Amino acid sequence: MTRRLLQSVSAATAGLVLGLAVTAIAGENPWHVLKVLCHGAFGTRADVGMTLFYATPLIFTGLSVALAFHAGLFNIGAEGQLTVGALAAAAVGTLWPECPWPLAPVVATAAALLAGMIWGAIPGWLRARRGSHEVINTIMLNFIAAGLSSYVTLNLLKNPDSQNPETAAIGAHYRIARLGFFEPAPVSLALPLALVAAAVVWIFLRRTSLGFELRAVGSSELAARAAGIDSGRTRLVGLTMAGGLAGLVGVAEVLGNAGTFRVDFSPGYGFTGIAVALLARNNPIAVIPAALLFAALHKGTADLDMETEHVTREVSLVLQALIILCVSAERLWTWKRVRTLASVMEDIPEPLTGGRI
Amino acid sequence: MSGGLAAATLRVSTPLVFAAIGGLLSERAGVINIALEGMMLIGAFGAAAGALATHSPWLGAFIGSGCGILLAAVYALFAIQFRANQIVAGMAINLLALGITPFLCKLFYDVTGSTPALGLDQRFQVAPFYACWMLVGLVFLWTKYSRGALRLSFAGEHPEALESAGVRVNRIRWVAVLASGALAGLGGATLSICLASSFSRNMTAGRGFMALAALIFGKWKPLPAAGACLLFGFAEAVQIRLQGVTVWNGKAVPVEMVQVLPYLVTMLVLAGFVGRARPPAALGKHHG
Repeated sequence: MTRRLLQSVSAATAGLVLGLAVTAIAGENPWHVLKVLCHGAFGTRADVGMTLFYATPLIFTGLSVALAFHAGLFNIGAEGQLTVGALAAAAVGTLWPECPWPLAPVVATAAALLAGMIWGAIPGWLRARRGSHEVINTIMLNFIAAGLSSYVTLNLLKNPDSQNPETAAIGAHYRIARLGFFEPAPVSLALPLALVAAAVVWIFLRRTSLGFELRAVGSSELAARAAGIDSGRTRLVGLTMAGGLAGLVGVAEVLGNAGTFRVDFSPGYGFTGIAVALLARNNPIAVIPAALLFAALHKGTADLDMETEHVTREVSLVLQALIILCVSAERLWTWKRVRTLASVMEDIPEPLTGGRI
Repeated sequence: MSGGLAAATLRVSTPLVFAAIGGLLSERAGVINIALEGMMLIGAFGAAAGALATHSPWLGAFIGSGCGILLAAVYALFAIQFRANQIVAGMAINLLALGITPFLCKLFYDVTGSTPALGLDQRFQVAPFYACWMLVGLVFLWTKYSRGALRLSFAGEHPEALESAGVRVNRIRWVAVLASGALAGLGGATLSICLASSFSRNMTAGRGFMALAALIFGKWKPLPAAGACLLFGFAEAVQIRLQGVTVWNGKAVPVEMVQVLPYLVTMLVLAGFVGRARPPAALGKHHG
């Protein structure tokens, strides 16, 4: 536990230092870049609010990827799952605008959850019953979700009053409350929902028999099968739940923020979720600080375009990439230790590399 | 109309063919290559920057290819040497390319997002289209008749056997990944200095993943993989052609549906509904 925490912290630090070194090569003072980053992310109350606003979807997608990891599955499809989730929430809100208040947000949340679950169940079923690897299938489904959502948005639910590719506004009863403390940042009740989701995933994995089966399949499919666990069904359940978690991003975006589905609203939340889960070492509670870190990077780097000469906001992607590489480089962390079987087997579940890709 | 469509198909499938053949080399050797996307992107940037600086598309393509090799070296360092999970490291490489290219644009040209436009003399007209099909023929013959290709396949199918025959598996994997970077870089170069006239942010837009899909659709074999690229290119060409065309009582053709067809087909193939695809046995497994 402490060793893993140490690894994550040093990987994040190493990634940051490397990233700042890149900006130094570009001729910027890295200290200045760091100051701009911190100021942009936490400078004012509204800045903190925006960081929390970005952190909310990242908690959902981070949980999604982490849960799938526990089942030995690689969910690269969170981006597509959150797209269909948000689209479903917006569709319900547009097509049934007169839905009364206490019911409306619940129905829309259920729609987002369900749509995400379906989008996760497809690769789950394909892996369980047809043996095709989820990595390729989830990548394909990301593209299909993008095509589907832009088709639905532009042809079926188009907002007639807007030039932007977005759906018509959802009914007023669907909006969920915002935390006024952070105004004007759109931090909504989706944030506490995300925190609850993290706790639920933790309890599910540690305290329920299905969660145990999931982890058993993830750590050794052979042993799980010998113990009578249906690994195919467990994988299907795992990816379905992962899809549902990613679908809940729709709650934060549609009900809590925009009030409509905007094509390409996500700045890659699904992919950053992979980085979040890796840094959190798939621990659902650790997903929260990891999501905060990447949200702060995203918010902080937004100011770099204006505040520096040579550095652009895309540096946040470089930082993300370097952190992921540092976390994932197994041999960097087993430098001097004798490589025992245990050290090779831990962290990344073995079935990830099996199956078809 | 149909002749134009055929030409357009050949044009847009060329970057896919380069990248798919690159992916073939690395995956045959047992290294998953999700990073094709990033290698294409950095290749596209390198080629545009190189052509701008040297006024020669040939040198531009050379530099783009070199950039692909550089990024592939970073990937190989983590995926082979440091034993990082290959999918994780591949995704990180893609992010790295996505982030570093606008940054370099800003650094070199002081604009965010895209390089200045290339003149006609700095661009290719037809060379990449011929080159890519010559490459397919060469790789086909090479995989069929050479000892090197046999070693490549053993590195991906049964690395232990190869090691016991006294061949360094990881050395072969390194070379294969670097070669895939060179070819993916050429694919990206085709995008920026042939099909378009500058580099723009995220201009590959998923073509690396599509090349990977074509590779799987083509069952890790050069000719079928290139054929799959043509099919995917055809879908893209049709989609470009259909934009704004109206049929069915004045309604537009849903181009999004045509656009997603290649992805749907790939899933069906992978699931064994349309033929069966078997990957190299040791794909994604570390060695030594």
